[in-house]
Amino acid sequence: MTAFVSIRNLRKSFGTFEVLKGIDLDVAKGEVVCIIGPSGSGKSTLIRCINRLEPFSAGSEIRVDGTAVTSGRALAKVRAEVGMVFQSFNLFPHLTVRENIMIAPRRVRGTSRADAARQADRLLERVGIASQADKYPEHLSGGQQQRVAIARALAMEPQVMLFDEPTSALDPEMVGEVLDVMRDLARTGVTMIVVTHEMGFASQVADRVIFMDAGQIIEQGPPAQVLSNPQEPRTRNFLGAVLNH
Amino acid sequence: MDIFDTFLNVEVMQRTFPMLIRGLWITLQLGAASIVAGLILGLLLAMARLYGVAPLRFLTRLYIDIFRSIPLLVLLIIVYYALPFLGLRLSPFASAMGALTLVSGAYTAEIFRAGIEAIPKGQFEASAALGLNPLRMMADIILPQAVRIVIPPLTNNSINVVKDTALASVVAMPDLLKQATQAQALSANPTPLIVAAIIYIAFLWPLVAGVSRMERRFAARRR
Repeated sequence: MTAFVSIRNLRKSFGTFEVLKGIDLDVAKGEVVCIIGPSGSGKSTLIRCINRLEPFSAGSEIRVDGTAVTSGRALAKVRAEVGMVFQSFNLFPHLTVRENIMIAPRRVRGTSRADAARQADRLLERVGIASQADKYPEHLSGGQQQRVAIARALAMEPQVMLFDEPTSALDPEMVGEVLDVMRDLARTGVTMIVVTHEMGFASQVADRVIFMDAGQIIEQGPPAQVLSNPQEPRTRNFLGAVLNH
Repeated sequence: MDIFDTFLNVEVMQRTFPMLIRGLWITLQLGAASIVAGLILGLLLAMARLYGVAPLRFLTRLYIDIFRSIPLLVLLIIVYYALPFLGLRLSPFASAMGALTLVSGAYTAEIFRAGIEAIPKGQFEASAALGLNPLRMMADIILPQAVRIVIPPLTNNSINVVKDTALASVVAMPDLLKQATQAQALSANPTPLIVAAIIYIAFLWPLVAGVSRMERRFAARRR
């Protein structure tokens, strides 16, 4: 297995508090990895380091497709290849849905307006909201907004998609529509790293589940193993608390 | 009867009106030029204050604090009467515009900074994650949103700049106030001053009312 995303000894502190205590992780091309764990375990911070939304300590190393995630030109290259979907959608409120999707291809890749618009409409079709293209984000439901956010990230044709708790801010009845889009995406062979509390999604879609606690990877493996037959007491406690309520 | 002859003398009004209009034109030119220059200076200062390297951030803050503290009249007199001792002799227009711009830029910088800081962090993160460079992020995502927030305070500041152009009359600038005082001296009647006041109000009242309307609308939307 050649690693597409490779993380070595990743350390990160907020002040004196060490959130990530030396993470090593390799993700293969096309792999779908779900990261689970209690809040404050560092899982969101971990994926935010992959495109360097969070700066990390010296001595840590992250490579995406061989390029070290540092700064300047190398970072720009990585960010163009890595798509991200946020818990709070973060759509641009002053742009229409279509313009939200067009902006990065136009400004980063120099795609023509017509081509970008065509691509946007194709992506909106794919996430099932083609009819909303000319609306502004505030007029969409949470589930629709998150699907636009996924389409916006896909417009850059990323090699890797990062999902930071993509369904946590949604009303329960909208979780399914977003997970369906992600499930389709997983089938297309995009590499996905998903921080989630959706155990059903993790067990059905993930190639590998990672359980994190207190800034460390405690346990990882195929979902059947980690979710159904966890070896570590901390994993068992967490799953017990999540599943039996 | 008497009071109308003294303060609203129609004959004096007719005779001095052309002078006042010439003054108004200069006031508007000075105001517009200073507002535009102040906006550009303010935006640059705000960027330096927010994103510059540490020494630059410090210097920008120093500049902003100093030019918000200094009375405009004092600055104007320094620029016009003190700089010539250094060999820098500016025209009345350049002195007035310079002083107005330096001060307006300091206020505008703080307005822009507050507007940019009011944009949620997620907007910066989403732009960065998409690969937009810092310049594009500002131009396409952050500033278009910030502008909506800063339009009322920027309009307020512009009103102040136009009002402050009256100070330029102390450096022999033939602006509206200067023309009015001269017309008053020539006609030995204060009517031109009253007319000048009415002209100031006529130009600035709509802007003042506009700001109130915008502020009410923004407040309503936030609720």
